[in-house]
Amino acid sequence: MRKLIIKRLLHIIPLVIGMSFITFLMIRFSPGSPFTTLRMNPEISPATIAALEKSFGWNKPPIIQYLDWLKNICLLNFGISFTYHTPVLTLIKYRLKNTLCLALFSLSLSWILAIPLAVIAGYKENKFIDKVLSSIAYISISLPSFFVALLFVYFVSKTNVLPLGGTRSLFGANVTPYQHFADYLSHLLVPGLVLTFVNLGWIFRLMRNNFIDVYHSPYITTAWAKGLSTKKVLFRHAFKNAINPMLTILGLEIGSLLNGAALVEIICGWPGMGSLILHAVLSKDMYVVMGSLVISGVLLIIGNLIGDILLLLTDPRIKIS
Amino acid sequence: MRIFLQRLRRYSKLGYLSFIFLVIFYFIAFFADLFVPYNYTHQWLSKSFCPPTKIHFIGPKGHFHIRPFVYNYVIVNPALRTYKEDKTKKYPIFFFVKGPERKIFGIFKTDRYLFGVQKPAGIFLFGTDLYGRDLFSRLLYGARISLSISLIGVLFSFVFGLITGGIAGYYGGVIDYIIMRFTEILMVFPSFYLMLALRAAFPLSLSSVQVYFLIVLILSIIGWAGLARIIRGMVLSIKEEEYVLAAKSMGLSDFKIITSHIIPNTFSYTITALTISIPGYIIGEAALSLLGLGIQEPYPSWGNILSSTIGNLRVLTYDPWMLIPGFFIFFVLINFNFLGDVLRSVLDPKNW
Repeated sequence: MRKLIIKRLLHIIPLVIGMSFITFLMIRFSPGSPFTTLRMNPEISPATIAALEKSFGWNKPPIIQYLDWLKNICLLNFGISFTYHTPVLTLIKYRLKNTLCLALFSLSLSWILAIPLAVIAGYKENKFIDKVLSSIAYISISLPSFFVALLFVYFVSKTNVLPLGGTRSLFGANVTPYQHFADYLSHLLVPGLVLTFVNLGWIFRLMRNNFIDVYHSPYITTAWAKGLSTKKVLFRHAFKNAINPMLTILGLEIGSLLNGAALVEIICGWPGMGSLILHAVLSKDMYVVMGSLVISGVLLIIGNLIGDILLLLTDPRIKIS
Repeated sequence: MRIFLQRLRRYSKLGYLSFIFLVIFYFIAFFADLFVPYNYTHQWLSKSFCPPTKIHFIGPKGHFHIRPFVYNYVIVNPALRTYKEDKTKKYPIFFFVKGPERKIFGIFKTDRYLFGVQKPAGIFLFGTDLYGRDLFSRLLYGARISLSISLIGVLFSFVFGLITGGIAGYYGGVIDYIIMRFTEILMVFPSFYLMLALRAAFPLSLSSVQVYFLIVLILSIIGWAGLARIIRGMVLSIKEEEYVLAAKSMGLSDFKIITSHIIPNTFSYTITALTISIPGYIIGEAALSLLGLGIQEPYPSWGNILSSTIGNLRVLTYDPWMLIPGFFIFFVLINFNFLGDVLRSVLDPKNW
């Protein structure tokens, strides 16, 4: 058990190195250096630019640059943004907080909604309620996240029920922390609900299929034959076994949430990682692009790891083999 | 092919229906030139964000007309861009009307359009955009770009995934290790971020043809890794089969074994995988164009038509017909998902 986890942890190291190397290659050899825009600004003297280039180590050979950058990453120094003139880490920290809030909100909401609905649909397989729920799930899977976001923004701007864009309203000086939190939450609702809806379909479908598979297995028949109550059969036997494979999905979901969140954030005006990386790409702010790529990649790896470990902890079959 | 269609029809009416829908859709997209009432660059300067034209059968005096007609739309309030039907004159809809000369597929010259009305009225089934261009025509032309990108992209990743996955699975060892670690690294990035970073690796201003192939390239780089891993796994299991062993003992070359014995056996699975992955390509193209990093004006694509609604609440609130491309994307995606689900069962030999 401990060996397995350590093995998985060690596997991460080459993955992160490879990932950072590819990131570096992609960005370093893209046409136009980040200094081109600075050069076009007549207010900045060539001497300053030369000094800047030197401080970023731009005149060293690329491999040395990569190693320097890697070393700095390990010390959590991601360089300085060319457009915001702040350390990339502070920038990412703020944006990441927002993205994680959004992801966590929609993750928990979609699971809270999807799992019970999936159990109901699986229990009433091929009945009316199952068909309705499954069709909704199908629609949710087939709707691209950006389109859901656009529809939702359209709806909200027509009805004006929720605030759009940003993380807070303009307040006076004295707001209680509670008001502050409520305000943040109300701004979170638009992107959060969009992401929840997009996510809902997948979880529902997977859980429903798992539940049906489990529900038709012989031990459930045995449980019924023993004369157990419906509640016990459903929750003790069927539900527990059906939810197990979902734990791996939980880890994988972090990646898909980051993906889906990016576009939704941009459309709903939520200041998260998605809009950060988009603007960084548009303005060739290379340290921000590299930093966000590496951090999001590491997040994904951590997510997968959590999923694996959860599965290890809950499924005794894996421990034995 | 006929056997496949029969099986598909027998297995699931819904899957068969989605297949037919998709074929029709791709057909219309490919021959978009023949179906549009206007060219995609044709501007009506006085009709910016004109709402969808209503088609009438009953005249103002209550008479029924067999030939449907439309009214001219006149602007009432230029600041708010509200339009009103001018009910004084009727403009009947005719087929094969004359218009500005154009070239179909860039070859055949013609001045006929499938349907249309006399100027100054226009027939805008889905309204017009900011520059007063007919959205319906742009949608059809856009379908050609969006749908072809997805097909070509899928084909690229398919070929590339087949080669790398086949080599990795067949030879194993160091090559396998390198290729598999590489795919793993590619899959570690959230694909949307990777897409943006790859786009950043190329100049932002490119010609339309270059952008088109760049998108194909980016999407296939992202899609290739997953496919290669699947094919590798299949090749690993197939190469242990007796018929491969027989081919080997008969002295066939590795290349011949891979191309004529192993790869054809992965087809039933890869075709399903391809069908399921096409939606990802359509979304990818739309997302890039939506953010202004993909297909550029004046060329239409579903993503870049939608892009005018982003961050522009005014357009979104008052001109909601700009969202129509989203419904088209949804429609195509849901059909692909249906088809993919059904194919999974139809092509599975266990279900024969």
